[in-house]
Amino acid sequence: MDPVLEIRGLTTRFATPEGEVVAADGVELEIAPGESLAVVGESGSGKSQVFLAVMGLLAANGRSTGSIRYRGREILGLPPRELDRIRGARIAMIFQDPSTALNPYLTIGRQLGEVLEVHKGARPAEARARALAMLARVGIPEPARRLDQYPHELSGGMRQRVMIAMALLAEPDLLIADEPTTSLDVTIQAQILHLIASVRRELGTAIALVTHDLGVVAGLCDRVLVLYAGRVVEMGPTDALFATPLHPYTRGLLRATPRLSDPLEVPLEAIPGQPPDLRRLPPGCPFAERCPEVVERCRLEQPLLRAAGPGRRVACHRAALP
Amino acid sequence: MAVLAPPRERPIEEGGQAGRSLWQEARRRLLRNRAALAALILLALVALLALLAPWLSPHAYDEVYWDRIAAPPDFANAHWFGTDGNGRDLFVRTLYGARVSLAVGIVATFVSLVIGVSWGAIAGYFGGRVDALMMRTVDVLYSLPFMFFVIVLVVVFGRNILLVFLALGAVEWLTMARIVRGQTLSIKRKEFVEAARAAGVRPLAIVRRHVVPNLSGPVVVYVTLTVPHVILVESFLSFLGLGVQEPLTSWGVLIAEGAGQMESAPWMLIFPASFLAVTLFCFNFLGDGLRDALDPKDR
Repeated sequence: MDPVLEIRGLTTRFATPEGEVVAADGVELEIAPGESLAVVGESGSGKSQVFLAVMGLLAANGRSTGSIRYRGREILGLPPRELDRIRGARIAMIFQDPSTALNPYLTIGRQLGEVLEVHKGARPAEARARALAMLARVGIPEPARRLDQYPHELSGGMRQRVMIAMALLAEPDLLIADEPTTSLDVTIQAQILHLIASVRRELGTAIALVTHDLGVVAGLCDRVLVLYAGRVVEMGPTDALFATPLHPYTRGLLRATPRLSDPLEVPLEAIPGQPPDLRRLPPGCPFAERCPEVVERCRLEQPLLRAAGPGRRVACHRAALP
Repeated sequence: MAVLAPPRERPIEEGGQAGRSLWQEARRRLLRNRAALAALILLALVALLALLAPWLSPHAYDEVYWDRIAAPPDFANAHWFGTDGNGRDLFVRTLYGARVSLAVGIVATFVSLVIGVSWGAIAGYFGGRVDALMMRTVDVLYSLPFMFFVIVLVVVFGRNILLVFLALGAVEWLTMARIVRGQTLSIKRKEFVEAARAAGVRPLAIVRRHVVPNLSGPVVVYVTLTVPHVILVESFLSFLGLGVQEPLTSWGVLIAEGAGQMESAPWMLIFPASFLAVTLFCFNFLGDGLRDALDPKDR
């Protein structure tokens, strides 16, 4: 079956006064129908930019090259009007901060209705009924009352549920969740993640979860893709990748994730150094400066993504291959 | 077969309290602000007086009493504000002046609101070349000397109250467009605009449904500042003799006439000037109150 989303050699550049910034460099990924993929990386690794490029939402100074296919159809470079038939309808996106992602001047009902009016040509009464059903579906108590409320009257977790409801209204094949839980309380985070998991289970919607939190990934996603400085450094099934991380950066990330079982006296291990300046990437591996296993070759030659076991790929000269 | 429960006609009211909109919230805060509330009441009073002018006094605004020229306030003849230099009742003339001044203020502000908001929002939202072209047009129009513009209009078309509306509207929207564009630049970077784009909403629909409502705070405040400004400029034009035609009058005309005779007949200056001053103060207090009431930081 065609993947819902297939990205090949996606490179995203931003022209800035200080020079060109490469936010994504030859990114490759695919998401099968109903699958959930986590895209992991630290701030500035380009993980959000990849999906903003998919949605055609890059900032005005951004340019993408490569290929982005939705069910086999090229969507990179589509004119906005044609892209409008896919984004929101076939591919939906939810954002990091639900407090700013809702228009403070419109009621919840009107904002939900907008999606149906744009994509399904629904009449207001019909849109309202479906919005009501969807609010109930995402676990919002008293949905009828919420429809007439304004975003500022809802809590953060409730707003994120509204965002998810809005994203699901047009029955998309793929839901892109860009750090959906970052701005929420820990207990609410768990609820939202459960909701996303149940959406996928029951509606068969594929999920692309962008996050920097590996704990979130473990419970929710089938596969993980690790980005560093705009490049894919490792990808593979979640269990295998967590059990035997192949790239030193992935290992560093896993070690830097706090666990409740750790004794308090032991300081959390951090990856030394800073991510490289995206305006002046080194010729070799972008992680070389911070890598504990660096050798001369790493600084000279950029490692390519190569197969490393079932469903796994890694971009590291030093990775032991099976 | 069991009898089905009758379907509910409409969703039951749950919890009682319906959503309170930002506007209701803002109105509540505005009404708690004493200065703004007093300003609102006074403005309503002035507007009511202006509307009811013909029925409030036994005199007509253009009726000349040859025996009472520049007479001081006189309750026996119902000249509560006295009469002007042509023997016309000043009370009625002040209220008719209020009609013209308020009408000019409101119409010109409305024109500037419509043009300014659409111009600024479109320029700001679309950005790039569209923005540059639209805002440079504004800059060019800004640089035209206003008085020169008005004098040319008057010379070409003669003195006409419509011209005053036109000239004021044509100038006032420029500032509105600049303010709106600035606000739009910050709003279009908000996530809900990005969310709407991600949902496939067309650009003009985004401007209409997501950008413009969010402009309402600063725009409403600026409107309350524009109305007094327009009234002031109209007074100034009329003071110079470029505004309304006799026997119709405006506060500016009355003040100009009163200023010429302030030593012999001070009431001819005091009454229209107090009306103008009170109205301007009220609009400014109202704008101040609205700014506080609509401030998102207090939400």
